[in-house]
Amino acid sequence: MNVEPSMRVEDKLYYNRYLVDVGHPHVKVRAHTTPSPQLLALLKVCPARCYELNDNGQVEITVDGCIECGTCRVIAEPTGDIQWSHPRGGYGVLFKFG
Amino acid sequence: MIEERFDAIVVGAGMAGNAAALTMARRGMKVLQLERGEYPGSKNVQGAILYADMMEKLIPEFREEAPLERHLVEQRFWIMDDRSHVGMHYRSDDFNEERPNRYTIIRAQFDKWFSSKVREAGATVLCETTVTELARDDRERVVGVRTDRRDGEIHADVVVLAEGVNGLLGTRAGLRARPTPDNVALAVKEMHFLPRETIEARFNLKGDEGVVIEAAGTISRGMTGMGFIYANKECISLGIGCLVADFQRTGQTPYGMLDHFKQHPSVAPLIAGSEVKEYSAHLIPEGGYKAIPQLHGEGWVVVGDAAQLNNAIHREGSNLAMTSGRIAAEAIVQVKSRREPMTATNLSLYKKMLDESFVIKDLKKYKDLPTLMHTHSQNFFLTYPQLISKAMQNFVRVDGTPKAEKEKATLKSFVKARSWTGLFGDACRFARAWR
Repeated sequence: MNVEPSMRVEDKLYYNRYLVDVGHPHVKVRAHTTPSPQLLALLKVCPARCYELNDNGQVEITVDGCIECGTCRVIAEPTGDIQWSHPRGGYGVLFKFG
Repeated sequence: MIEERFDAIVVGAGMAGNAAALTMARRGMKVLQLERGEYPGSKNVQGAILYADMMEKLIPEFREEAPLERHLVEQRFWIMDDRSHVGMHYRSDDFNEERPNRYTIIRAQFDKWFSSKVREAGATVLCETTVTELARDDRERVVGVRTDRRDGEIHADVVVLAEGVNGLLGTRAGLRARPTPDNVALAVKEMHFLPRETIEARFNLKGDEGVVIEAAGTISRGMTGMGFIYANKECISLGIGCLVADFQRTGQTPYGMLDHFKQHPSVAPLIAGSEVKEYSAHLIPEGGYKAIPQLHGEGWVVVGDAAQLNNAIHREGSNLAMTSGRIAAEAIVQVKSRREPMTATNLSLYKKMLDESFVIKDLKKYKDLPTLMHTHSQNFFLTYPQLISKAMQNFVRVDGTPKAEKEKATLKSFVKARSWTGLFGDACRFARAWR
């Protein structure tokens, strides 16, 4: 099977249209020293790869590319690891096709 | 503060919200619909297939006006292993009928049109407005909503929660539970653009005929999941989804799985040379009948995906959404026409009417299947697809082995993988859940 190298998720997000609400992230990660298993799961499961580990081994989020699926909310809101809201009206991802 | 008082507020402009707002506005109710996207449809994601019957009940002339892609003449089911697929195709010229039964659509475009009908019917549609909270009185009855605009509270006799699978309002207010990792699937999708003629040639279509491919097997790597490929006019919707709990457990990435699906030798030729124009993701309610929350209360009802109304086995969701939206609206109209208050008791009419419809009857029929698929995902999504593929290859490859020996080998491979009791048990379990 001829497998082409897969495209980076970050590049896929350039297909999409966003109106970023600068200074008002709609998802926040609670401050922590060691990430919980739920937070670590988000590194892999987030389809826009918004979650990443920083140099101190903590999970950070950049919401700019978020496609608002809510998967992280389902996994990590019950444990209090993240706070999830919808972006303010009009902001966030704007699907052309959906 | 908006001093105006409404008969009903509908939260969300998806299939369920639009159906509800349209139905109530047409019956003369004063309706406010709130949508957080820039335009109706800008936050909505679906495969997407539109079922004509349920749409026709709302807008009989929709075929002449709505942006539709292709009417479906063929359905393919693929059981896949890593290098092959075993398929069942159903194609019939009967589907080239005057009023076709199913269409592919592009939700952002369709929803914009659907919403224009809601406005025409007289509802006030306010976009770019995120509802942040339900407003309640001192007896905990829902009396309206609060939004992120500076207008403060907006009041209405009843609030229709059509906020989708990831709706925050109902869960924040404690009216229903948050979706759990084992009752929602995460699907990722890409839109692949190709010239119209190329799509028609690759899928064996003419004119506006369309094809749907639903695929299951090793593409979900032993997790409960499915892939799909839908032919639109000038693009192909292609995606794959699995239970969130399975992603969490295995550490597989959704985009990795999508890439793998796209590179499968049965899929790659269909999208070769295409230009991708969007990448989206969405949760799909998979819990079925057992995951349906309380559907109504003091001053509120919940409809569509927010109420987990999705038939995962038949891949039906938006038709359940628009039907539940319509039925909720009809119930509200009835209560209002009797000049009675929107209490939980009076709004139970919605549940009663929904119970009598195909929506709840279908979900009830399959109430045990979600759990079965989940607890036996390795067998149904990995072992059996591999066995079936091997059996088919054994059947069609001619190599001088006597047929009796081939059949013996096939049978042996099934028994070896699942044992006689296992095979019998799987068959019984599946039959019982399907019944």
